[in-house]
Amino acid sequence: MTHLEGTTVSASHTLHTVRHAGGGKRWLRYAAPQSFFPLAGRAIPWLLGAALLLAAVGLYLGLVAAPPDRQQGDAYRIIFVHVPAAWLSMVIYVAMAIWAGVGLVFNTRLSSMMASALAPTGAMFTVLALWTGALWGRPTWGAWWVWDARLTSELLLLFLYLGFMALQAALDDSRRADRAGAVLALVGVVNVPVIYFSVQWWNTLHQGSSLSARGASMAPVMLHGMLVMTLALWAYAIAAVLQRLRCIVLERERHTDWVRQFYVESKR
Amino acid sequence: MLTVLLRILRRDLLLAWRRRADVAGSLAFFVIVCTLFPLGVGPEPALLRSMAPGILWVAALLASTLALNRLFAHDHADGTLEQMALSSAPLPLIVAGKVAAHWLVSGLPLVLLAPALALQFDLGSEAAGALTWSLLLGTPALSLLGAVGAALTLGARGGGVLLSLLVLPLSVPVLIFGAGAAGAEPGDATAAASLLLLGGLLTAALALGPWATSAALRIALE
Amino acid sequence: MSLQVHQLACARGERHLFSDISFELQRGEALWLKGSNGSGKTSLLRLLCGLGVPLSGEVRWNGQPIRQLREDYHRELLYCGHAGAIKDDLTAWENVATASTLAGAPCSLEQAVNALASFGVAAEAELPARALSQGQRRRVVLARLALEPLPPLLLLDEPFVALDAGAARTLCGTLDRHLSQGGMLVYTTHQPQLLKARRLEQLDLDRAREALAC
Repeated sequence: MTHLEGTTVSASHTLHTVRHAGGGKRWLRYAAPQSFFPLAGRAIPWLLGAALLLAAVGLYLGLVAAPPDRQQGDAYRIIFVHVPAAWLSMVIYVAMAIWAGVGLVFNTRLSSMMASALAPTGAMFTVLALWTGALWGRPTWGAWWVWDARLTSELLLLFLYLGFMALQAALDDSRRADRAGAVLALVGVVNVPVIYFSVQWWNTLHQGSSLSARGASMAPVMLHGMLVMTLALWAYAIAAVLQRLRCIVLERERHTDWVRQFYVESKR
Repeated sequence: MLTVLLRILRRDLLLAWRRRADVAGSLAFFVIVCTLFPLGVGPEPALLRSMAPGILWVAALLASTLALNRLFAHDHADGTLEQMALSSAPLPLIVAGKVAAHWLVSGLPLVLLAPALALQFDLGSEAAGALTWSLLLGTPALSLLGAVGAALTLGARGGGVLLSLLVLPLSVPVLIFGAGAAGAEPGDATAAASLLLLGGLLTAALALGPWATSAALRIALE
Repeated sequence: MSLQVHQLACARGERHLFSDISFELQRGEALWLKGSNGSGKTSLLRLLCGLGVPLSGEVRWNGQPIRQLREDYHRELLYCGHAGAIKDDLTAWENVATASTLAGAPCSLEQAVNALASFGVAAEAELPARALSQGQRRRVVLARLALEPLPPLLLLDEPFVALDAGAARTLCGTLDRHLSQGGMLVYTTHQPQLLKARRLEQLDLDRAREALAC
């Protein structure tokens, strides 16, 4: 029996229905952009507040509480920004790859949007790490830039971020941009350890300058300071990413009713 | 299944043969870049000899990246790529055939030309041999890696430049191990180790590259 | 053997082309996709091939989703798209041979020339496709339909375009033979053709979208 619904098509409802997972897993509701949007909006101020508080504590620990270094004096204090920024730049890349991979495999739009939102923040932290690395290098080793393993790897990580953002910008179809970016991010995340290892290899091969500043053991207060600063930057990163994600959601879903509703209400 | 790979290989070689001028372009580029460096840094023999492996490797990397555009663009434009995606043979196999043809046409000539260019830089025969071996292992890895980039940027704006931006950072390990193998002192342990690592990269690229490329191609064909 | 389409929806960028398309195709049946330019005929054909992921809905072959069947499904179909998959630098018979290789059954020079002969372009077998006229190129594209054996499902996008009366008759004959042997066909064309299918259905995508809009 063949029946053609082509001639009597039943109009389906809006194609953006909220997906409810069977079995009552409530948190999966937030996998739909519409539910996620207000939740993110509420979270952002709290995260920013936490970031400010943690940054204040961290900077106090780093700038005031920690003793000056025997060799480098006060110049070393930049590591309280440099090291957390570097850590975060790598964590964000992995997170970006994971979200992009989830979006690719499970076909969830919000995951892909999350990956796109993470990229600029990750790139920014990479630039921050490179810049603070240069600021550290000048008084310590006398040069604005040294080709040591870590800094060179950071630079290559920046190129990976830029490549991801450039690819997504170059593809007009947002769906294809999401999926192609996901493949690129996954290839990148597999390559990052290889790149890091090869750069280390290259560095030792050419007798790179000895600049592992963490030669001697660190005073506990320094470690605490770096940890607190990491948490502070992490809170800021999440807030910034969520804010960007909200913008991306509004842009992608601009044809739906709930966005129009939101726009009308925000005008009042 | 092997027949499909061989036939695709033969087809691509036939097409490249009938468009010989296109192919010669990337070879000329290789030679030109190698000529530019001495013009840039000065003709002092000792300096050039020490820089030669790095220069030749960077030139090979750039020439190989330049040739990547050709890999899928023509097939995509005339609809053959769709037929490949709909083939009963696995797409990674077809991709492997295409990349093999691409390497034979764009990568192998670089390898064969390298000893002659090494003479220009006054490299000893042992060093030139190490360089050629490293290029022999490295250029296929570059082709395989570049294929992923070519598939991702199919039909995208920004074309070749975007492709380079994506592929060059990912090619850094190949460059480091390749130039390391070429530049090491003969008999030094690092030369052998670098070559082994390069071989490892090539094996990984062979295993994962065609698969990632087909995923990217299917995304581009959606 | 059957092709089942269940509530298929498709979007091209921001535009929603169609949604809630469902039908089933059995052996010996043909489906004619109608619609104005841009209504989504080619997109629907590509979704049926498995070349794209639909916005929602599913395509099933013999009850199994084609996403899972992958190459097994590809073995059962032949798709002739707009672009034709003809390389200018290859001769006519080389183009036919490539098409058959990709289909999984490499053919010899004789078989390729015979296939070209059935569509009246055997004389041009050794010429590069660049040297052929538009109509001759279309015949070379269609020549792969003359290679035996044909897979059960044929998906043809505008097969009758640029064909003269003789070639169109040959094509109709080939398709009729295919359908009478139990094959299936989904095609688009702007010209009404008379195929002797057991069942010839029509699916008008314009009407489908109108029904959705109101």
